[in-house]
Amino acid sequence: MNKNTRIIAKSLKKRNRSESTFRLMGLLGIISAISFLVIILFSIINEGKKAFVSTQIKLDIFFDSKILDPGNSGKITEIENANYQTLIKASLLNFFPDIKTRNDQRDLLSMISSSEQENLMRKLTNDISLMNTKKEFWLKSSSKYDVINKNPEMIDFAEEDRLISNQQLFWFNELKKDNRVKFGFNKIFFTAADSTEPEQAGIWGSVMGSFFTLFVTLLLSFPIAVAAGVFLEELAPKNRFTHFIEVNINNLAAVPSIIFGLLGLAIFLNVMHLPRSAPLVGGMVLALMTLPTIIIATRASLKAVPPSIREAAIGMGATKMQTVTHHVLPLSMPGISTGTIIGMSQALGESAPLLMIGMVAFIVDVPESFLDSSTVLPVQIYLWKSTAARGFVELTAAGVLVLLTFLILMNSFAVIIRKKFEKKW
Amino acid sequence: MGLGSFCVLIILIATFIAWYGNNKALRVNHALDKDLKLPSLPKYYSFYAILWLIIPSTILILTWYIAKPLILDAIVLSFISENTITNFPGNTSMLVDRVKSINIEKPFPGTDKNLIEAAVFLKQTLEGIQTFTLLGILSLGCFLSFIAIKKIAPAFRARQVVEKYNVAILLVCSVVAIVTTIGIVFSLIFEALRFFDKIPLFDFLFGLSWSPQMAIREDQVASQGSFGAIPIFAGTLLITIIAMTVAIPVGLTSAIFLSQYASPMTRSIIKPILEILAGVPTVVYGFFAAITVGPFLKGLGDVFSLNIASESALAAGSVMGIMIIPFISSLSDDVMSAVPQNLKDGSYAMGATKSETVKKVILPAALPGIVGAILLAVSRAVGETMIVVMAAGIAANLTANPLEAVTTVTVQIVTLLIGDQEFDSAKTLAAFALGITLFVVTLTLNLFALRIVHKYREKYE
Repeated sequence: MNKNTRIIAKSLKKRNRSESTFRLMGLLGIISAISFLVIILFSIINEGKKAFVSTQIKLDIFFDSKILDPGNSGKITEIENANYQTLIKASLLNFFPDIKTRNDQRDLLSMISSSEQENLMRKLTNDISLMNTKKEFWLKSSSKYDVINKNPEMIDFAEEDRLISNQQLFWFNELKKDNRVKFGFNKIFFTAADSTEPEQAGIWGSVMGSFFTLFVTLLLSFPIAVAAGVFLEELAPKNRFTHFIEVNINNLAAVPSIIFGLLGLAIFLNVMHLPRSAPLVGGMVLALMTLPTIIIATRASLKAVPPSIREAAIGMGATKMQTVTHHVLPLSMPGISTGTIIGMSQALGESAPLLMIGMVAFIVDVPESFLDSSTVLPVQIYLWKSTAARGFVELTAAGVLVLLTFLILMNSFAVIIRKKFEKKW
Repeated sequence: MGLGSFCVLIILIATFIAWYGNNKALRVNHALDKDLKLPSLPKYYSFYAILWLIIPSTILILTWYIAKPLILDAIVLSFISENTITNFPGNTSMLVDRVKSINIEKPFPGTDKNLIEAAVFLKQTLEGIQTFTLLGILSLGCFLSFIAIKKIAPAFRARQVVEKYNVAILLVCSVVAIVTTIGIVFSLIFEALRFFDKIPLFDFLFGLSWSPQMAIREDQVASQGSFGAIPIFAGTLLITIIAMTVAIPVGLTSAIFLSQYASPMTRSIIKPILEILAGVPTVVYGFFAAITVGPFLKGLGDVFSLNIASESALAAGSVMGIMIIPFISSLSDDVMSAVPQNLKDGSYAMGATKSETVKKVILPAALPGIVGAILLAVSRAVGETMIVVMAAGIAANLTANPLEAVTTVTVQIVTLLIGDQEFDSAKTLAAFALGITLFVVTLTLNLFALRIVHKYREKYE
């Protein structure tokens, strides 16, 4: 063994050790990235799953005709405008007969969501034979009690931090002991639009808003982007102008989304006077934003079609245009549609540009057209997050879950298309 | 008649023309001599006619919808009496908006009678003009396509013309990208210039205090809001730096592991998982930062008796870093995989270990590409909006302390533009000044990064 080999043999141990530390560092990087993902998803699922159920309280409601229809007129309008709060109060007082003062009665009544008065009215008007009978109903509790019921650790909080007073908590526990409290499926969350009361707010309005917005986006961006991709990849002469277009597209892909919002505000709203908060304008802004994504995907999948296809078509006497429209474009359609779906899922998750064009309004009606004021899923999440009431935290997380579900559906659809139709040449 | 029924009508007419033109071409062809047939397929003749129906009507309808508000404003103004205009507090455009917002069936009590009449008049003319214009456009299109069908003859080479038109349409579609860029630049510059009319550029770029509150009364204390953007730029920089200190180590080490150590099997599993991080909407990250990370850091600070703001730069920045990880990892992964095999082989032949090859050969060779990737990630972080809107502060603090709340350019744009907007106050226009700064910075970063990556690719190809 000469001197050099000895030096190398001596250093070998150290070198091997640094090799394994280096490898470990790489592994650590991967593990931390994945654990970030797991933590994010876990914390959101943990918070959000609570919003899919809501606290319900069983009460025996007596539809007293003396309260509902004091003149005994039997008119529907009379019954519709009657005071159903009194029915709920009577039923609660039946259970807690020793509550006398007005304040206590009001505190007690705040246990039931105010939306239930209308529900009772509906039930009665649908089935008038309920009049003067007693029936058990599961009524939705108000948000404060719902929060306490979902987060039992809050019971130990100091009275002023707890949302409800000791007295109210005592009443609630009494009802619980009597098996009158349960968790029921929160149907309102999937059918209603936004509301000031957490227990009455739902995601459906913003889902429909997202639907209309994305529809406009797809309608505008898909044809334009495919046309642009086909032109640049197949037909354009290689000159400075087409190069300029390409540079432009690449830059647009990296422009911050909020800039597109400013564009929409300045051009679509201030110059063209289109309506604020409308899915039409939102869709137009998002279309400009997803355009580069789809163009780039189109070009990539056109590029993947082998030249032999084009040569064969041209050899048979097809023109360049016919080659593209009859052969190349249909063959690259799976790739283009995958790219389009991915672009759409980006547009679905995008909210910053929509804040600029007024889609952040508080909207209690489910939108029905492209011009109705509406909001979209991610913006609804942002709105709920900015609301102070405690009950909205779970709603926000549940909104995130709904958004993620849609994204997962869209992306798995894209993966399926790619797996099923994509050809390896 | 609305746009919807117009579209339905035009589709019906187009279908009819397709059928009729086709038949006509076949009939003409049938009547011709054997060696003098039509030079193109019949469908090209009908397609030619359809193009003459659709292209002019599309152009006209777009022009109409752009010009409509201007025409309507003029109509309203011409109807309202001189007296009302001079007596109205505010400018004429506000008056026009006022007229448009009047509910004709139930006007607000006390509304000027002249204005209500104007609103009624507006509604009637609006419906009349709309139907009239749309029908006009439609009949013009029909007329043009009728002429086009008349042109069916052996001397007319329809296919060539149709293809030329189609290429032109495709060209117009790709020019949309340029138009968008021009639109962005002009809308930003136009509003920003109005801002710099009120606030000097120097004060904006180098001023140290930012409080964009405009006075409601003239004599109010601090009646002139201050628009020094340095605290905002500093806040953006701070959050970006925090994001990068999270993203670069994690992203780069993952990229090294994936491209050099991982088996193809693990690679095919882990890469999509990392890409999920890039697919999560930013509003979700924002929620996570605000609800989970912020309070967690605050609690942690309490344990070590540190005062951490619940909207600290640290919370927003670190979550933004998580979002950026996949950008850096996938871009640098590509770059490192592109390093030619013979360089690596040379290193291994000299007896270097894998880590030595990575450190001494691959990383130096891939450095330009990695720098490009990082620059792209920085531009992404600077322009990111929702995370900072939800998790960072609103007040402009000039501080380098990551535990305090700072604000960013994007947060300010959002807060300035949400809510009431009046388009001549410096407060609203400031958002556009910030916007153009953001646009210029990200554009420079992108151009620079793309150029570096491009040069790097050329080197090894």
